[in-house]
Amino acid sequence: MTSLSVADPTAPLLEVRGLRKFFPIAKGLFRRVAGHVRAVDDVSFTVQEGETLGLVGESGCGKTTTARCILRAIDPTDGQVLYRTRSNEIVDLAPMSRAELAPLRRDIQMIFQDPFGSLNPRMTLFDNVGEPLLVNGVRRRRERMDRVAELLRLVGLRPEFMHRFPHAFSGGQRQRIGIARALATSPRLVVADEPVSALDVSVQAQVLNLLLELQSSLRLTFVFVAHDLSVVRHISDRVAVMYVGQLVELAPTASIFQRPRHPYTAALMRAVPVPDPRVSGADAILKGEVPSPASPPSGCYFHPRCQFAEERCRREAPSLRELAPGHFARCHLAEQLTLGAGDTLAVGQSGFRETGNASDPREL
Amino acid sequence: MPPIHTATRADSRGRNTDEPLLRVRDLRVSFKLDEGTVRAVDGVSFDVFPGQVVGIVGESGCGKSVTMKAILQLIEPPGRITSGEILYRQGAAQETIDLARLPPRGRMMRELRGAEIALIPQEPMAAFSPVHTVGEQIIEAIRLHGRQWRPDGRSISRRDARAITVDLFRDVGISMPEQRIDAYSWQLSGGLRQRAMIAMALSCKPRLLIADEPTTAIDVTTQAQILALLRELQRKYDTAIIFITHDLGVIAQMANYVVVMYLGRVMEEGPVDDIFHAPRHPYTKALLRSIPSMHGETRTTLPIIKGTLPHPFNRPSGCPFHPRCDDVMPDRCTKAVPILHSVAQQRAVSCFLHSDLAEPA
Repeated sequence: MTSLSVADPTAPLLEVRGLRKFFPIAKGLFRRVAGHVRAVDDVSFTVQEGETLGLVGESGCGKTTTARCILRAIDPTDGQVLYRTRSNEIVDLAPMSRAELAPLRRDIQMIFQDPFGSLNPRMTLFDNVGEPLLVNGVRRRRERMDRVAELLRLVGLRPEFMHRFPHAFSGGQRQRIGIARALATSPRLVVADEPVSALDVSVQAQVLNLLLELQSSLRLTFVFVAHDLSVVRHISDRVAVMYVGQLVELAPTASIFQRPRHPYTAALMRAVPVPDPRVSGADAILKGEVPSPASPPSGCYFHPRCQFAEERCRREAPSLRELAPGHFARCHLAEQLTLGAGDTLAVGQSGFRETGNASDPREL
Repeated sequence: MPPIHTATRADSRGRNTDEPLLRVRDLRVSFKLDEGTVRAVDGVSFDVFPGQVVGIVGESGCGKSVTMKAILQLIEPPGRITSGEILYRQGAAQETIDLARLPPRGRMMRELRGAEIALIPQEPMAAFSPVHTVGEQIIEAIRLHGRQWRPDGRSISRRDARAITVDLFRDVGISMPEQRIDAYSWQLSGGLRQRAMIAMALSCKPRLLIADEPTTAIDVTTQAQILALLRELQRKYDTAIIFITHDLGVIAQMANYVVVMYLGRVMEEGPVDDIFHAPRHPYTKALLRSIPSMHGETRTTLPIIKGTLPHPFNRPSGCPFHPRCDDVMPDRCTKAVPILHSVAQQRAVSCFLHSDLAEPA
């Protein structure tokens, strides 16, 4: 195994360093490579044991690709995915072969977005949830049955359900089944890709509560990929915001929501419709659209949509800098800007706003 | 028929808008399947006044989309409108017609659909034909329905329709409209595609616009743009909108009046501020509590609604919400179905906590 070093047990459970994933764009008769989609472009972060890191961003920002690289469901183009094993060795998952990865697979599991597509409809719950056990060498059926019963109980389902098929269950129940399957091998790190976004509001709260409970009782570490900021805020210890394949901000949850340091983060927070008709977010709207990761803009990727953009932002790509302890942002102007509560980012920028109808800038 | 608030009201501009544009009364739609009958919409009543935005909110299976389809007479077999009225006050004639009685493929319905009542669907990718340019599809709609553009009632030439489309594209914030009009839907981004869809829906100056989760498939920053656009166009054209969504945030920001549905029935309805700040039905209260807020404590246990949405074949007896309700009254709620009853002006609730009236068994 490509073991790098033996670390102390307080080292991060996961460290992603300079992760890149480029997808080739093929053109013409001979499938000539005409360029690359830079889906993930130099992403670095750490995740401590027992922590939840929320990974947010809009579609195409590379959050799911990052998650898949961690799981080695796809092969990273470049960079390291350092994982601290149970024996406190630090290993790089990125260059490992399938055989080398196999023993580590049980430690890192995934919860999927779609509770309808991610369970095999022809398999009973016992087979769906028990399959990871079988793959990981639990051959005796009796033993698997006991474990599946225990897992179903753990996620709040009755063990008698194990002989039923997934179609008999609602979306929320299926997501519980998916969680039970992810926990079958007693993983240490769980990557959850939009685990509640397909669920109804009343069920979403139940699943979020379940994830929090399981995390504290099983000492799980979560990488939680989502686009819903209120959900991410609720569940995460720290939040990483991605935009066009890059991390633009990384900070503790309280810090980033109180005082976002990147204009994109602030705009993203403002764009969430507030479930209160007395709070109007109507006029603080980010113009334009997310650029394609195949041909990102020059300089700072956010500059075409940023109201604070200066000449320098057009030319020079900013680096991710630490502005306060643990609070990183990728913005040239981060020190000068006061974003967040009560400011008027992008007010008046919407081309569709009626004049003379300005409402209060939305409070964050 | 359930009693419904009959309120006189004037809109924000002081005009008398006594007469609702649309009155849905005790609408019922069921689907006869081999496994049994699904009562997808089971006694829904609400009004839509001119220029008003009515939000219909509810979780999956609550019947919000089926209600929308019933208004447009787009229910396909084995579904059927079994009873109720959909009273629409037609523009030119000012006479009220019951859409529920019209043959779905008849001339009358075809003339209303797209012209007076337009739809913005959830998935613009699926709604546009991929083999025609978006411009062609909108031009076709204008030429088919666009009497509104020509007072003399004559048909519109292709060239005029194209000019109208370019203007519409500019109106909905599509840059370079002259070029984009010749694009295919798959060449446009999600946001542009939804803007083009809105242009198409507005192309015949509808009096009633039905928006079925128009931003669900779109990212938040684009969603904010689309919502702002809809709000602005609504003010400009004074179109009445029925806005269907599961997102309470979107409802709070878009609607004047809110209808909360659960399992095919209206739980409560009222002005948006009342629904969010003085909800009366236990379901609405629980729903509002269960969304993680952008201000509250993090990593705490969220208040939940216990249990799960029942399977459509397995409808609970009595009040459909009773198995999940914290305030359930064992003998009453399990046995009888509460009627949607007016509790104040513009305010109706169907819950035995507020009125003892039950549907006839």
